[in-house]
Amino acid sequence: MIELKLSLESRRRALVRLLTGWTAIIAFPALYVVGRYLSPPLRTNNKISPVVVGRLDSMPPNTSMIVKVGTKPVIVVHTQTGEYKAFGATCTHLGCTIEYRPEGKGYFHCNCHGGQYDLDGRNISGPPPRPLTPYRISFLSDNIVVTTS
Amino acid sequence: MKALDLRRYFPLQGFIGWLNERLYFDSLLTFLRNKTVPNHKYTFWYLFGGLTLFLFIVQLVTGGLLLFYYQPTPETAYESVKDLMTNVSYGNFVRSLHIWTSHFMVGALMVHMFSVYFLRAYRKPREAMWFSGFALMLITLGFAFTGYLLPWDTTAYFATQIGTEIPRSIPLIGHTLLTLLRGDQEVGAHTLTRLFALHVFLLPVLALLIVILHLILNQVHGSSKPIGAKETGPPIPFFPNFVVRDWTIWLLAATVLAVLSFGFPWGLGSKADPMSPAPPGVRPEWYFWSLYETLRLVPSKVWLVTGEALVNVVLAVVLALWFLVPALDRKALRGEKSRLSQILGVTLVAYLAAMTLLGGLW
Repeated sequence: MIELKLSLESRRRALVRLLTGWTAIIAFPALYVVGRYLSPPLRTNNKISPVVVGRLDSMPPNTSMIVKVGTKPVIVVHTQTGEYKAFGATCTHLGCTIEYRPEGKGYFHCNCHGGQYDLDGRNISGPPPRPLTPYRISFLSDNIVVTTS
Repeated sequence: MKALDLRRYFPLQGFIGWLNERLYFDSLLTFLRNKTVPNHKYTFWYLFGGLTLFLFIVQLVTGGLLLFYYQPTPETAYESVKDLMTNVSYGNFVRSLHIWTSHFMVGALMVHMFSVYFLRAYRKPREAMWFSGFALMLITLGFAFTGYLLPWDTTAYFATQIGTEIPRSIPLIGHTLLTLLRGDQEVGAHTLTRLFALHVFLLPVLALLIVILHLILNQVHGSSKPIGAKETGPPIPFFPNFVVRDWTIWLLAATVLAVLSFGFPWGLGSKADPMSPAPPGVRPEWYFWSLYETLRLVPSKVWLVTGEALVNVVLAVVLALWFLVPALDRKALRGEKSRLSQILGVTLVAYLAAMTLLGGLW
């Protein structure tokens, strides 16, 4: 009788272990699947085609324009000295879209936390930790074209 | 004070008796009849927990009503909110009530949390109430953050841009956290869907489960009596005396919220356009101003780390310490008041208040 009881106990213990192990085998992969499911797939388009900003005469000196290149906003500026420059318009601090301010020699300003960049995209004031990402400007029969540099 | 005999009001005969044989609610009545609340000069602060619960119920009801009209896509979200505000009967009222209540709920929760801290109500055996309350605080701030983007207006868009960018500087997991929140590399349609799912499903379900646990623990342990507080009278029967106080505060809150929602309805900015510069004055709601102001004031580089990384580390440490308060305050365990815990608590409140005021002035 005692032997039977012991064996019943050990069988119960073995059953509990089996079920616990089985639960773990189901639960951990399930957690992994949920984790992977929630991580979004990489949707970046590596083949970003050049973007036509507009005709040369559509941008007088000391003005700017924001265009979409791929999924990102890019700011194109026609400086007071006649140069065309383009930078990623995303502030390197916390990602707000920056604007061009024509005062003085002209500079880029972020309204969210007051960060500033010079016309070469260098962070010169406020909290931004890095310069702006440069984009390449080219001209195609009187059109301004932006491509990734 | 003699406890009220509830059976006088709910005689267990007829249909009620029939129901009781199946649901056993007379045990609940017996429990309520015997439950008491400590009576001392700080008893007033107990009301803020109940007030937060009431505001949460208002949010569930108004949020459910908003779901009948809201459309969660970048193309239609803004228009659906505008339509709700201009064409739907009482649409503007329901939306304003939802927003006003969110502000009140964060406020009531903060008062409740800090009163629990200063009255040392977290000490043994109520540690689990503190831990579940801590989780509810994070969930409430999560509600506020995820709901902010839903109207898809300019301020909301850039505030979400900033909010989702903050975790980026966390070493190793920063970028993963950012994409988990956004559902993409940029704030866009996937972000709106994700924050919507969090706001209307995951967070409410989690909040409900933890609120139920929090309330059960409150029933099991009862309200804590502060260390050294002198009783100013016999314990207050929970039913009906304390329930009447709760009820009064709830009605007061409902009246103020109704007046505010009718008299000062919330507006809607211009539709979000990721291709236009962030307008001046972009900032989150007042309860995030202290964090916003800290991020604005911290230099871009501190020693070898960026300002945001430093803010993230400090925030994580403060949150971890706040969570562990019941374990750290050893004096409270012995029934003594800790001067250090008092100073730290006052410093934290002063910092949050000062930074919130500064953030408001900017």
